[in-house]
Amino acid sequence: MTATLLPAAGTRTGSGGGDGRRGPGTFAAARRRRALIAWGFALPFVLVFAVFMVVPIVGSFAMSFTDFTARDIASPFAVDAVGLQQYLTLFRDPRFLTSLGVTGVFVVVGIPVTMIVALALALALNSGKGRLVSFFRVGFYAPVVTSIVAVAVVWRYILQPDGLLNTALAAFGIHGPNWLNDPAFALPSLILMAVWRNVGTLMVIFLAGLQAVPEDVTEAAIMDGASPWRRLVSVTLPLLRPTLLLGAVLISVGYLQFFEEAFVMTKGGPLDSTLSVAYYTYQQFGFGEYGLASAASYVLFLVIALVSLLQFRLLRSKD
Amino acid sequence: MTLTRTAPRTRSARPRRLSGRATSYAVLTIGLVLWLVPFVWMVLGSVKTQGEILRRPPTWWPQAPTAANYAQWFGPLDFWHFFGNSLIVALVTVLGNLVFCSMVGYALAKMDFPGKRVLFGAVMITLMVPGVVTFVPLFVMVSKLGLVNSYPALILPFVTAPLGVFLMRQFMTGIPDALLEAARLDGAGEWRIFRGVVMPLCGPPLATLGILTFLGSWNNFLWPLVAAQTEDMYTLPVALSLYSTGQNATDYGLLLAGSVLVIAPILLLFVFLQRWFIRGVATTGLK
Repeated sequence: MTATLLPAAGTRTGSGGGDGRRGPGTFAAARRRRALIAWGFALPFVLVFAVFMVVPIVGSFAMSFTDFTARDIASPFAVDAVGLQQYLTLFRDPRFLTSLGVTGVFVVVGIPVTMIVALALALALNSGKGRLVSFFRVGFYAPVVTSIVAVAVVWRYILQPDGLLNTALAAFGIHGPNWLNDPAFALPSLILMAVWRNVGTLMVIFLAGLQAVPEDVTEAAIMDGASPWRRLVSVTLPLLRPTLLLGAVLISVGYLQFFEEAFVMTKGGPLDSTLSVAYYTYQQFGFGEYGLASAASYVLFLVIALVSLLQFRLLRSKD
Repeated sequence: MTLTRTAPRTRSARPRRLSGRATSYAVLTIGLVLWLVPFVWMVLGSVKTQGEILRRPPTWWPQAPTAANYAQWFGPLDFWHFFGNSLIVALVTVLGNLVFCSMVGYALAKMDFPGKRVLFGAVMITLMVPGVVTFVPLFVMVSKLGLVNSYPALILPFVTAPLGVFLMRQFMTGIPDALLEAARLDGAGEWRIFRGVVMPLCGPPLATLGILTFLGSWNNFLWPLVAAQTEDMYTLPVALSLYSTGQNATDYGLLLAGSVLVIAPILLLFVFLQRWFIRGVATTGLK
């Protein structure tokens, strides 16, 4: 108890520093020692964090206001500051505007679909119990833990013009399209795949939320003769609102960074129909347009930061 | 009055609820079968011959099952080497995260020091930075440090992560100060308190962090794809992604066998540790 109080007293009296009196001097020294110990604990993280996170983040922010290209790597400080020029170029580039649209569609279509499927699964699993539930949970969650590269191989194979999906559709008399090579169907195919890969995460979060819904509330609704649909809409969903919001925000941060599916499945094609903002950024880096790419990545960062801020506010209001 | 009113209702409601449950399980089962078709199709395809793979319409069950695709991975393609790289990178990354994130988490949760708020603020901000922002400056940095195509290049950028710091700090904040004070009064130094008192209490968040980190490292491919430039440094996903875009791009039997080999270890781990995987997701909201 005293140990926690004394350093706090030391902060007030010890600031005078080197007056020869013993008490405050040792407190100041003890405080310095504690600060050193604390930074000692933080040191390994701080080193890695500074070199591999902070420097690249600051570096790419600075780059977005210069005409930095791949040729400038040898002498990074010889580049010219161009102010907001890269950002202006960006918003005049029709391909960047396309990529905004593609990411927008991916987010606006992908999120509700993922959430509805995940919610339906969570509701269905919540009523059951025991091994059967954990069996289903493992099954639906499995795509989440798998490597996108490995999964892409089998999805490309399934989505071939004469692959498994179109063979199955043909059995119902439907002539399936060339999914990944038709600009109208490539993005929907990737959304389908993203839903498949992300439903498990939301299902688990929603299940945790549903378990927290007090049983007597639903029991009371049953006693009052409410139909299952009515119970869902009027009782369960309102109680689940914080969890649903949290899930929506989490998944939107992920979907805004839409990149991997496009990278492994379509390379942004055909005809830029799956060119996301993150993929556009990656391409500009590939072209050596580091300044422009950095500007694009910061536009994306800004959007994600806004969504994340919303997330933290939601989390705080939950407590 | 109430009894006579509710009794018949519960009697009639019960069978309806039971049949409702049966229907929902039937729907769930059909859904699950569809959900897992890609995995089944992957395994079935991996044991088909090249000729059967190309046959149209596709056959469902392999007509002449063959282990040739796997033999190629275990023979000329040196699966164990890629597997070893993936495992080394993942294990060192996990170990680094467990130790370093716990250390800084302890300082942030239980110590007062100048710069603490700035440090925690920086951690929280970087939690939201999309990977694509740091990607190329990171590559420039790693090449300037002369680390390209080495284990450190694959490990160091991930050896600690803001998410892990956040996770450990949140958990450690909940450890009662009285425990630490008691140890301090016994004359224990901070390192001894950290190792002897705090860490033994941190099983659950360490398990979560370890699993999430292992999963992230095992499945990570974009950075290793750039950082590993010769075959001896490839991790499994890198090897698979290069084979699937190179001259073997249409050799689906080989690629599907590779996919099975990439997915199988993590899927096995997941089935055995599913409780921990799922608890991790439910507590952090991240995969």
